[in-house]
Amino acid sequence: MTHPPQVRSAPHPAPGPAPAPARPPGGPVAEAGSRLRAAVTTEPGRLRLIGAVLAALVVAFGAVTALEVSDRAAAAEDVVSGSQPLSADAASVYRSLADADTAASSGFLAGAVKEPASVRERYEKDIALASELLIKAATNTEGSSESGRQIATLNKELPVYTGRIEAARAHNRQGLPLGGAYLRFANEQMTKVLLPAAQKLYDAETARLHQDDEEASRWPVLSVAVGLAALGALLWAQRRTYLRTNRVFNHGLLATTAATTAALLWLTVGHTLARDGLTEAREHGQRSLEVLNDSRISSLKARANENLVLVARGAVLTDDGKSDKYETEYGAGMAELGKGLDRAGKLADDDGARALVAAAGAGVREWRDRHQEVSSTDRAGNYEGAVRKVIGAEGSTGESFDTVDKALEKALAHEQSEFTRAARDGRDALGGLPAGAAVLGLLGAVGAILGINRRLSEYR
Amino acid sequence: MTDTTTAAAGSGSAAGPGARERSRGRFRDRFRDRISLRGWGGVGGMAAVCALTAVTLLPLSRGAGNAVTGPGPGSGSARSAALASPAAAGESCTAPETSLPPSTAGGPNIAEIEKRGKLIVGVDQNSYRWGYRDPVSDDLKGFDIDLARAIAENILGSRDAVIFRAIPTNQRIPALNSDTVDLVVRTMTINCARAEQVAFSTAYFEVGQQVLASKGSDITGYDASLKGKRVCSAEGSTAYEALEKNAFGAVFRDAHDGGPADEDILTVPNQLDCLVRLQEGLADAVVTDNALAAGQAAQDPAVELKGRRFTSEYYGVAAKLGKDDLVRRVNHVLEEYREAAWKKAYRHWLADDLPGISGPPAPKYRQP
Repeated sequence: MTHPPQVRSAPHPAPGPAPAPARPPGGPVAEAGSRLRAAVTTEPGRLRLIGAVLAALVVAFGAVTALEVSDRAAAAEDVVSGSQPLSADAASVYRSLADADTAASSGFLAGAVKEPASVRERYEKDIALASELLIKAATNTEGSSESGRQIATLNKELPVYTGRIEAARAHNRQGLPLGGAYLRFANEQMTKVLLPAAQKLYDAETARLHQDDEEASRWPVLSVAVGLAALGALLWAQRRTYLRTNRVFNHGLLATTAATTAALLWLTVGHTLARDGLTEAREHGQRSLEVLNDSRISSLKARANENLVLVARGAVLTDDGKSDKYETEYGAGMAELGKGLDRAGKLADDDGARALVAAAGAGVREWRDRHQEVSSTDRAGNYEGAVRKVIGAEGSTGESFDTVDKALEKALAHEQSEFTRAARDGRDALGGLPAGAAVLGLLGAVGAILGINRRLSEYR
Repeated sequence: MTDTTTAAAGSGSAAGPGARERSRGRFRDRFRDRISLRGWGGVGGMAAVCALTAVTLLPLSRGAGNAVTGPGPGSGSARSAALASPAAAGESCTAPETSLPPSTAGGPNIAEIEKRGKLIVGVDQNSYRWGYRDPVSDDLKGFDIDLARAIAENILGSRDAVIFRAIPTNQRIPALNSDTVDLVVRTMTINCARAEQVAFSTAYFEVGQQVLASKGSDITGYDASLKGKRVCSAEGSTAYEALEKNAFGAVFRDAHDGGPADEDILTVPNQLDCLVRLQEGLADAVVTDNALAAGQAAQDPAVELKGRRFTSEYYGVAAKLGKDDLVRRVNHVLEEYREAAWKKAYRHWLADDLPGISGPPAPKYRQP
């Protein structure tokens, strides 16, 4: 830099041009105030204000509706494809574990050399399915949540359980009674640790489902309120125009009213339909699913205990020392099953569901009768006969159990499809509503501006 | 499972409902022992106690019958049998292992067995080396099974003229009383309470509580080497009681014993469960009756009996009360059996894991 600084600042502005026009005293705030005064005291000013408020209200209605309804739609989508499948998966984890325990005891009872391949496969499939579903559930769950904790417990305990089952099998193959002790220990772990954890997981996932369900069914109160306010303002503005100009119709405002009314109706009807769908899914699908799941678990537990009566041979008594622990628990499981089927029968809302529940009920009665025979055969000291009556191919309690299990499986599939259908209908009732509300809101705003401009032009 | 009598009578403070609570009702038989053995002096007192016991226990024995069998003839018989002979049982209570003198004479019960052509015997099928089912042949085998066959051979002339009925532990007495079985040969300990309900033969095996641990373990027996170790026993068993009296500093209780949250790790429903806990590293030693401990050792070559047994009890063959001809015949069979067959069976089934027993206990007979 060679030039001295004053060179650049040398040409001073000439004092010739006049300073900026004198501002009214008081500054910009007072200026806005006077403008506003001008706006409310002159008719064009008022009209501009009314136009702006109407447009804003209608746009706000569109925007609020779009936001609120997408929220509801997202929750409904969660119900259909998020939390309900997860709840159903948790139920499957629960059921596979109980089923694995039942299969293990059946295989054990059949004996080392006569364990049917199908029973072994059933056990392995159950364990594989449970592990698979646990991984799936883990990816959809935060580790710190209730579900996360239960999944961790299940992941930790399941290998210990399968280890005990294999030890039971290995000792049984060598003809050592120790195998039975391992089987009972595994069963105890299943009943006291694994199944309660699976139950808690199921409860937590189902609670999440109910939360999504409620979220989706909640009335979009704000949208309705803003919509009614916009409609009210529109009617007032049109009445004002009519009183001042004696003209009945302002086309712009009329269009806005139509758009707003349409959006409001769509919102009300769409959401009512969505609620109905979700309510139907909950009342007719989910509730039945829960009762049927519980019944199936009861039947599996009863079956495992029935097997263990013959495995333990009276080695374990109830806490009061009066009766066989497993026989007592079998009885309790069957009682639960009976109650569950009664409830399921009451909840069944079509012939298909009723027939399936009735089939399960008939299976339970047959199972109970056959179990009586098992008990009397066993009491007479005919152990082999009792075992045959429990796990034999024909005329056994195993056959009755299979009848019950198959019927319950079909009933569950039926209710699941009922649920999915109703919940989908509910979700679809909200489809297009957010976008539609937004478009109608914008159209309404344009109408309002055009309508008011038409009036304003009369003053120019 | 064994539930054996406490040889030395206890303090007497816990008789009555207190005793029932302590045993949590689980070990009905043990409860009876306790009551009838408490330190009540005098024969009269003893007879009164026995009568009381019989009456007090009626609902229990009936409950046991009902739970599995429904109200059968068994419960009725148990009642009359128990009520019929309180005085007699009271007199014999000091040495329950004394039995009727042997005889080959027939009688109504022997005649019925001969007519049937088969002897029906209640046995265990989960007690390794005593009575268990061979999974390949599906046959029952063991020391008790051999003895049952010897009895059948004597009465009916054939070792195979026997029908085995596998009965659970809590059905041993009901099965006799309902005539479901003629005899029970099932590691059944002779004690006063049972002697009121069934007729025992002379003793055929002497057993006692003993410690079982891994071969490499530094535990040497029921002694100070148990200090700080985790010891497993069956809930309410004689072993558990012994540990309660003196555990030598060992841990032998679960945190939530008796409650619904009972862990079933150190106190377990069945003595065999202890071997599972030992194998899984959840316990360091097991205390149980040495005959059953031998069965455990036979299923796991890595464990062995430690030290010596520290109590004394006897196994006997049981028949329905009043079947004197049958009991005398069994005692006759045992006379012969003790000569040679006993040792053969002992060597075959037990000597490996329960060494050092020179022979069967000497029979004691009731003076006519």
